[in-house]
Amino acid sequence: MSGDNMNGQAADLIRIDNLTKKFGDNTVLHNVSTHIKKGEKVVIIGPSGSGKSTLLRCMNLLETPTEGKVYFDGKDITDPNTDINAVRCQMGMVFQHFNLFPNMTVQRNITLAPVRTGRMTEDEAAAEAKKLMELVGLSDKADAYPASLSGGQKQRIAIVRALAMKPQLMLFDEPTSALDPEMVGEVLEVMMELAEEGMTMAVVTHEMGFARKVADRVLFVADGIIMEEGTPDEIFNHPKAPRLKDFLSKVLAQ
Amino acid sequence: MSSITITVVALAIGVVLGILVAIVRTNHDQQKGHVSGVIKVLNVICKIYTTVIRGTPMMVQLLIMGFVIFANSRNYYMIAVLSLGINSGAYVSEIFRSGIQSIDPGQMEAGRSLGMTYGTVMKDIIIPQAVKNILPALGNELITLFKDTSLVSVIGMSELTKVARDIQAITYLPMMPYLGIAALYLVVVMILTWLQGKLERRLRRSER
Repeated sequence: MSGDNMNGQAADLIRIDNLTKKFGDNTVLHNVSTHIKKGEKVVIIGPSGSGKSTLLRCMNLLETPTEGKVYFDGKDITDPNTDINAVRCQMGMVFQHFNLFPNMTVQRNITLAPVRTGRMTEDEAAAEAKKLMELVGLSDKADAYPASLSGGQKQRIAIVRALAMKPQLMLFDEPTSALDPEMVGEVLEVMMELAEEGMTMAVVTHEMGFARKVADRVLFVADGIIMEEGTPDEIFNHPKAPRLKDFLSKVLAQ
Repeated sequence: MSSITITVVALAIGVVLGILVAIVRTNHDQQKGHVSGVIKVLNVICKIYTTVIRGTPMMVQLLIMGFVIFANSRNYYMIAVLSLGINSGAYVSEIFRSGIQSIDPGQMEAGRSLGMTYGTVMKDIIIPQAVKNILPALGNELITLFKDTSLVSVIGMSELTKVARDIQAITYLPMMPYLGIAALYLVVVMILTWLQGKLERRLRRSER
């Protein structure tokens, strides 16, 4: 889409330059820089409280960086003059606690944003919702309210809700952490299908199996910095930083 | 009868005022970092409004409206409706504010992450859920408002309580008129409570 993608080298969809995020006196992220190429799947792992969710939330400006810049498709989205709503239309986000809208049916949850942002008419959005619900096997739930769904179903609908905007990038913030163990699989399956279709993804997760299988690149975030990054093979089979070795031994021991 | 129409009109004023004040106040509190100057000024005005109205008795507010601000007006109905409406707006705004704050911040985040504006998310997602949560408190406000209409007799307006006093003045019999209007107030309040319960059950059903 961005035109500067001519020489076969994929362009950066997200670029983060020297990002620092403080909550009061507490520095959560310290001078972090990274990028995500178009089509790339980046998995972010790390101990809790390390700043990995904050890093993800800075990508669509749910958290405003204290210092540093975030670029989406070459555009500086930390610039106050940027229309952040237009930018967010192109990035979907999936939350740990689903955050479906309980006052609306599943169908309305999916069609609301495309219609309200003027991207689709009611009919177009309804057709898109139908197609996507079929894709995740939940067509029969169109008229149900979120309260009647299981956790796994809720999260699949939340993914569909984000996809209905036809985003270029999907952000996943611990999408399976709030699920019962037997429902983790159905959500990961949808995410893997999405990955196979070539969606650009940034995923914060504790599912190491998913990271191994899907990631092009794994970021290990600890103490507010990207302590180590590499291919899944490098990170999981040849970790260098002692913190990473320690983290992996704890997570993989289970 | 005038007691009921005063209640209805005053509540309408109160709810409109209350929602406006609540939106200004929550907008001010939620927009971390960059709050525009206009919102800041409005927020101060709203804070003064709720503090003054909630800090003074309804009866005193009525007397001030009737004999100071509108000293030359004979339109008692307007004075009564305005006083009660402005009074209830202060309480309704706090009810709405607590209702909006009771909604999980994840709802706003999810809405905004989809590219919708603050206003759209408020209107379509936050306020409908907040209203459901505050219905009991709003019902209480309606009942309080209805009973407060008995105070408007102090500015010379003829309503239920005034009528009872007039009857007593003519007949010298206090028991029948006063017990009678007490029963009337009670019946109306019981009907309102019943309607409120029905409405709440109906709204809850949509979530199952």
